[in-house]
Amino acid sequence: MDQPAPYVHWGFILISVPNLVLIGVMLLIFVLALVLPFPWHRSAEALPPVDDTPAPAAAEPLAAAAPARSWTGRLRGSVNRRLPLTELLPDRQPYYVGSWVYVFGVVSIAALVWVVVSGVILAFFGPQWWHVSREGRFMNSIHFWSVQMFFIFMVLHMWGQYWGAGWRHGRATTWMVGVVIFITGIVTAFTGYIAQQNFDAQWIAANAKDAINGTGIGAFFNPLNFGQMYGLHIVLLPLGVTLLVVLHVVQVRMRGVVRPIADEPAPDEATRP
Amino acid sequence: MSRRHWDKATYYRGVRMVPYDLVKELVAALAITGVIVLVLSAVLSSPDVPSETIQSWARADAVDFVTTAAGELAGQSDSAQYGPPYNDGSGAVQSWGPLHPQEWGGVHQPVDPTQQFVVQPLRQAQVGDSELAASLAQYDGAADAQRADWLDRYTKALADAKEQDGKVVVSSGDYGPVPLMMDRLLGVARSGGLDGLLQASDKFYQTDYTRPLLFMADGGHLSGLADEQKLTGDQWGMMNETGRYPGQAWLWLYTLWYQVAPFNRDSGGFLGVDAANADLAVVVIMLILTLALVFVPFIPGLRDLPRWIPVHRLIWRRDRAAAEVPRR
Repeated sequence: MDQPAPYVHWGFILISVPNLVLIGVMLLIFVLALVLPFPWHRSAEALPPVDDTPAPAAAEPLAAAAPARSWTGRLRGSVNRRLPLTELLPDRQPYYVGSWVYVFGVVSIAALVWVVVSGVILAFFGPQWWHVSREGRFMNSIHFWSVQMFFIFMVLHMWGQYWGAGWRHGRATTWMVGVVIFITGIVTAFTGYIAQQNFDAQWIAANAKDAINGTGIGAFFNPLNFGQMYGLHIVLLPLGVTLLVVLHVVQVRMRGVVRPIADEPAPDEATRP
Repeated sequence: MSRRHWDKATYYRGVRMVPYDLVKELVAALAITGVIVLVLSAVLSSPDVPSETIQSWARADAVDFVTTAAGELAGQSDSAQYGPPYNDGSGAVQSWGPLHPQEWGGVHQPVDPTQQFVVQPLRQAQVGDSELAASLAQYDGAADAQRADWLDRYTKALADAKEQDGKVVVSSGDYGPVPLMMDRLLGVARSGGLDGLLQASDKFYQTDYTRPLLFMADGGHLSGLADEQKLTGDQWGMMNETGRYPGQAWLWLYTLWYQVAPFNRDSGGFLGVDAANADLAVVVIMLILTLALVFVPFIPGLRDLPRWIPVHRLIWRRDRAAAEVPRR
């Protein structure tokens, strides 16, 4: 596997076969997600009738019974109103959440969990460990492939949300945070590639410095400085990605899943909260 | 896109809600992705081509090393003439119209290749080496024009240099003390000493590889290895990886620009853009495209495409009939 990869050369396009396979797999997954039936999705006849009866209010906890005059009480009240657990962890979804396209987001999160777990273990043993031990190399491989899966499914999730226009009906910031996660993920991966301490890292750093310096960013972001890149990669940037993902999930849960384009609510049904 | 804020209960009025176990879905996703990642890791491992050192460079291609070192000594290398953030040169400074961000950033990691890559390591190596001490004294005592004359002739002679018995041999000529200085620097590099000297500062711990990487990047050895692995800029290198592994495929659009005009033109560019300032122009373009992606919900046309190209009918194809079931 360490031998140079075969490449496909077509006009000005030059692409490695592994990259081509990866992109082909992505496209295949997206098409399959569109056409394959979702096994847990019930047919129209099997669905229960519509029930517009409001859910019974949950019993108020003792702490919320007293007037919330303190800062703590006000914060608790605000969180309770905006993010009740029934909204954060609902056990019912609209009938149309029954397509493989809806799975891409949760698979991205699952891959991110493996990225973080393997990254924490790699960071614990230090940046040299994976070069000198089989266990370390295996852990680095888990990190490498889970990063690839994270990006594959994050891009598929974005494709799905784009073609479903997931930003409709007050969800624009959810889309925007999602794109920021993608960009932050790219920067995190970039610092990770530079922090590998192998030939790939050397070349990427030496080659990327010109673009970074050309924009003036090189004044405070030096890709040739391993210490800076490693610190950013294992602390600040993953923390940023994780917090943004948490924010993104909370946004999705707060607003719920957007309705199908062909089944949008009538404008007069809308009210301001 | 509507900017209207929807009350959730109103938003879902008439929509049937069905049981859906989000936690079970996440656990299943964790298990399945975990198995896939473990299998890929066990079967394919991950890329790890060992790093190059100045020692390995000097041993693998002594002529390239000495040619690069002579360029550093003459102040003619890419690093010596680079500009911010390393020094006051202008060789790699990019600008586009009124944009001069590299100059605005200023010098923040000062590097003096002549002194730091060549002269200072030789001064440390001269202990116990009277020939080198004499050569350095001769070089120090010579006028700038004399030094430039020696280096110019020596650099031209290096074009036909050969490596014999671990030494770089050039045709005879008046090169002053330069050949001996370069021979000693090559010896220090081959022993591994120069790797340490280029990282050295007055601190014990080191994590900054700016100097040795700049030195290596000035030579042809590193880029030659990168070329073999299809990693250079004109080979879509940003999205490639060493070995037979997928790389950063998500950088496809970023690296695409470098393959087409005017970004790959050495001269005769378009709107003030050519290869000399391609990095800056590409970053600006990608910044604009990224902002467009962020603000898709607000951009007419871009936000309407999903309605015009109805992929959504595939996503929600089984649900149109279900939507028409009467309410309780």
